[in-house]
Amino acid sequence: MNICVLVKQVPGSEAHFSVSADGLWIQETELPFEMNESDNYALEEALQIREQKGTGEVVIVSLGPDRCQKAIREALAKGADRAIHIKEDAPYNTDPYAIASALANTIKDEGFNLVLSGLQSDDLGFGQTGVILGELLGMTTATLVVGTEVLDGKIRVKRELEAGWFQWQTMDLPASLAIQSGLNTPRYPTLKGIMTAKKKEIKELSFADICAVDELQSFNGLSVQHAEKQTEMIAGTVDQIVARLVDILKNEIRIN
Amino acid sequence: MDILVVLEDKSGNIHRMSQEAIAGAQQIGGECGLSIGVLALGENAPALAEQASQYAVEEILSLENKYLFNYTADGFAAAVAQVVSSENPKYVFFGHTYQIRDYVPRVSAKLKRPFLNDIVSYSVQGGKPVFSKQAFNAKLVTALQLIDDSPCIVSFQSAAFSSDTIQSGLASVRSVTVNIDAGSIKTVPEDPFQETAGGVDLSSADLIVSIGRGISKEENISIAQELAKAMGAEIASSRPVVDSGWLPPHHQVGSSGQTVAPKLYLALGISGAIQHVVGMKGSKNIVVINKDPDAPLFEIADYGVVGDLLEIVPKLTEAIQAFKN
Repeated sequence: MNICVLVKQVPGSEAHFSVSADGLWIQETELPFEMNESDNYALEEALQIREQKGTGEVVIVSLGPDRCQKAIREALAKGADRAIHIKEDAPYNTDPYAIASALANTIKDEGFNLVLSGLQSDDLGFGQTGVILGELLGMTTATLVVGTEVLDGKIRVKRELEAGWFQWQTMDLPASLAIQSGLNTPRYPTLKGIMTAKKKEIKELSFADICAVDELQSFNGLSVQHAEKQTEMIAGTVDQIVARLVDILKNEIRIN
Repeated sequence: MDILVVLEDKSGNIHRMSQEAIAGAQQIGGECGLSIGVLALGENAPALAEQASQYAVEEILSLENKYLFNYTADGFAAAVAQVVSSENPKYVFFGHTYQIRDYVPRVSAKLKRPFLNDIVSYSVQGGKPVFSKQAFNAKLVTALQLIDDSPCIVSFQSAAFSSDTIQSGLASVRSVTVNIDAGSIKTVPEDPFQETAGGVDLSSADLIVSIGRGISKEENISIAQELAKAMGAEIASSRPVVDSGWLPPHHQVGSSGQTVAPKLYLALGISGAIQHVVGMKGSKNIVVINKDPDAPLFEIADYGVVGDLLEIVPKLTEAIQAFKN
């Protein structure tokens, strides 16, 4: 069972950032970056499936600038076998179709049985890449996956529906699954894992090498959301804040 | 038609978010001079088509095909792509539901047309709609520029439009067909099911205290529970708290959990990711306490406090206990 895991590096979830002057991206200097959260769950799912099957490779594919090698090494340290880094410098593609096309072109001859991706990236937030890639490579697809069970030549997958409903479905392999957070407990890399990761292969390609397609859509005019609502911001000492909150709860909202 | 709105089935009725997409089509169509068609597909296509025929749209397309009786991404993507190819609308509208997330990116890939998903707003420029979506975990918003004119596929976030504004009318229904090869359906779905029964129906709670990642540790949850008890409120949470196993899933508010609209939603340490916000943005009074001043949830707050909930909440509990006694 050869599994590809798509990994993206995104700004840290606690990071404060501002929009760049041209409104096309954010200021990246001094920002902390980390592996996209749902990608980490996808990676863990891949490692667990491989452990169950006993054989097969887990291969990381990541599109991004040099800094994303840190996320790649983290994935290798956790147990992935090798990686492919498609190097892209700013300005970055912001079209899921173009991104998925580039990724599909990169892996099309590798014969993966499964491609796992995170549900959506914390930066662009489209949530389409894994599904588009699956369609382009003639795979079955599913998103919002919260459980997997490998069968013979197929995979049984639990999908999340809205409002607390779920559904299992059995899909032919090869399959591309977009993984929802929370379905497993991602492991930490061991010291041994970190050491062996340094020797694992990271094949470098450039965007030009893989004949990327034009963006069908792109970000244009990134800005801070304007609040339509009037928000009363309560400031002061903790005691002053508490006093104002009690006043609001009692007299304005009337919680009784 | 210029705009084709694709309906989702909710147990034989048009899904609320498809109704919102129709309302959006009527509004945008009105401003930009675009005509509207509606596509009903799946097991209940005739019933959905009948309901849609009472809206002020140009026509309804009813698609019945045995391979669409049970939802599969394989079947629905193939069917919608074929209808779009033959009808050639400039825009295809959907409500941004979990089902749409599952199959519409495949429609985008089959047609090589952009899918602008989870749209929150639009503006009209040069007589055409320009759509915007949130980015960076809802902290920012961006307009989306297209490579060329059309067609493009658009899905709208919950409550981007209101189904209350749908204009009624009388539209004719026409049958359409598609060719789906049996071998192209490679997915066999089982029956949907609900996991945990049990727990409070948060949607009927008047007062809710909701806990997010900012609670930091499982041990701190009791601080919030004390506050809820003092107030007579129910406890809810965002997804990460449930994922960490700190609260059982029935507390989860958001697209994957419960949708609530209480008199008071007091959010503690919740940043305001889109999937959570769609489950609570109808709340009458939203109070947000978060130490991150950039937390997107402040955008929809009636009252906000940038501060440490671990300091504030215990004192707030005491003060409420005092005034209640």
